Amino acid sequence: MRNVAIVATGQTKHAARRLDVSIPEMVREAVDDCLDSKGLSFGQIDAVVVGNMELFEGINQPELWMVAALGAVGKPVYKMNTGGTVGASAAICAEHLVRSGLHDVVLAVGYEKQSEGETQTAITTVGDPAWERSVMAGAIGNFAVMASTYVDRSGVTPEQAAKVAVKARTNACLNPYAHLQIPDITIEQVVNSRVLAEPLRLLDMCPQSDGACAVVVASEEKAKRMTPHPAWIVATSTAHDQQFMGDSPARIADHRSLQAASQKAYAKAGITNPSEQLDVVEVYEPATYAELAMCENLGLCPPGEGGTLIDEGVTEMDGPLPVNPSGGVLATNPVGATALIRVAEAALQTMGEAQGGHQIPGVNWALATGYGGNAWTDIVIMTRETP
Amino acid sequence: MTDTTEALRLEYIANFEYSYAIGKHATFFMEALRDEAKLHGIQCPSCRDVLVPPRPVCGRCGVETDGWVEVGPTGTLTGYTVVEIPFTDPMTGVKRPVPYGFAFVKLTGASTNLYHFLSESEHDKLSVGMEVEAVFKDEREGALSDIIHFRPVAS
Repeated sequence: MRNVAIVATGQTKHAARRLDVSIPEMVREAVDDCLDSKGLSFGQIDAVVVGNMELFEGINQPELWMVAALGAVGKPVYKMNTGGTVGASAAICAEHLVRSGLHDVVLAVGYEKQSEGETQTAITTVGDPAWERSVMAGAIGNFAVMASTYVDRSGVTPEQAAKVAVKARTNACLNPYAHLQIPDITIEQVVNSRVLAEPLRLLDMCPQSDGACAVVVASEEKAKRMTPHPAWIVATSTAHDQQFMGDSPARIADHRSLQAASQKAYAKAGITNPSEQLDVVEVYEPATYAELAMCENLGLCPPGEGGTLIDEGVTEMDGPLPVNPSGGVLATNPVGATALIRVAEAALQTMGEAQGGHQIPGVNWALATGYGGNAWTDIVIMTRETP
Repeated sequence: MTDTTEALRLEYIANFEYSYAIGKHATFFMEALRDEAKLHGIQCPSCRDVLVPPRPVCGRCGVETDGWVEVGPTGTLTGYTVVEIPFTDPMTGVKRPVPYGFAFVKLTGASTNLYHFLSESEHDKLSVGMEVEAVFKDEREGALSDIIHFRPVAS
């Protein structure tokens, strides 16, 4: 099948509350930012893929009333609805549509306005009403329980987790799109911030953001005319785990959907030693502890050594394998856009176009993940060299 | 268009009522919980795992489950937290009082873990591997809430 690349990306300036715009107005900002970055126009787009967390804003089939904002009138609109992964799923769907030859140029969009609804309650409806929904404690309670299993398994300390929080909010200061930018954040501030659910404190958790992200995916022939160095998508994969939260015994410590999806993607991309071969990783880390566990499960360090990885500075902006130079989810979390932001940031790094000082020099291989509450994972791997 | 600092907002509350069929397997579990205060898993004939919550198919083996096994009422904590942030319970629309213990419990005889509340809300008194037991309501209605919570087994 033919080569496919990301040629353009765009985002809003993410914030806790975008009180000035409606959802379609906010989405349009990201779409304009994306198209303007490469001088593209709606006439060049064949189809649009869009997704978010519908229950967060309580709007049914939102694609219908943002169709004009998406520039999609008269074109096919594909709707994704895969929860936390939805942005990455939109990118993967766009990639499939172009790779298959059905369309040549596809716009993928993800967005969320977390400020407009009761998101912790909405997210709890992922649980079966007879079982998990009746006892679940929002996303934060889930993350806290899984963090406890990881701490028990790995011995990761609150200070090691806090280093992830510091890295994220410091990196975010170099990303003009990022929401939570805290220039002078310290480990002490993180470990002394308010307890949400042990071991998670306020600064261990991702924020709730309003924002949108858009990327253009194109066939090789079109991509080469749109930008000098497209981000070539060499592998995508998705894997699901079993349906109940308690079916994955150690949850994030033994993150089976991430293991399965990354192994499949590495095999497709010909990656045998990810920590050596990847130049930058944009991982969907909902909490500090999760980033360390995800690095282990991605094979970026041996099992149980996530704490050592952050202690040694491996994943810092100037380390040998930067993880989330964008500031990651700990800095920016408009959920329906969050996984697409991982893909867009990986693409910016690959194209050499990350702004504000967070570009990693010489990126050839980049990996992005989308996270679905441990139960499912999306992976996208891209390269600067034409495959 | 001029830049406005804040758009007008429309506040609304949407109430929807749902009625959810919990399925044959959950019905068996909930009826035994209601009538006898007993807990059950269902076994996979291939891997022999005892699955809680019970379900028609073992996801790992892809085969139909067959054979009820009584599990619990004791178990071990496999993951836990104490929730300190209040949020609205989607089953009731009411904010849950905090703090409360929330955990994965691996019921004795089960291969998987059940999410439930804990009686203990002091984080320092909890640990992975700790033995706990179910505390049942006297008046039961056939729902997971017939288990009030799990409490540490006095050692």
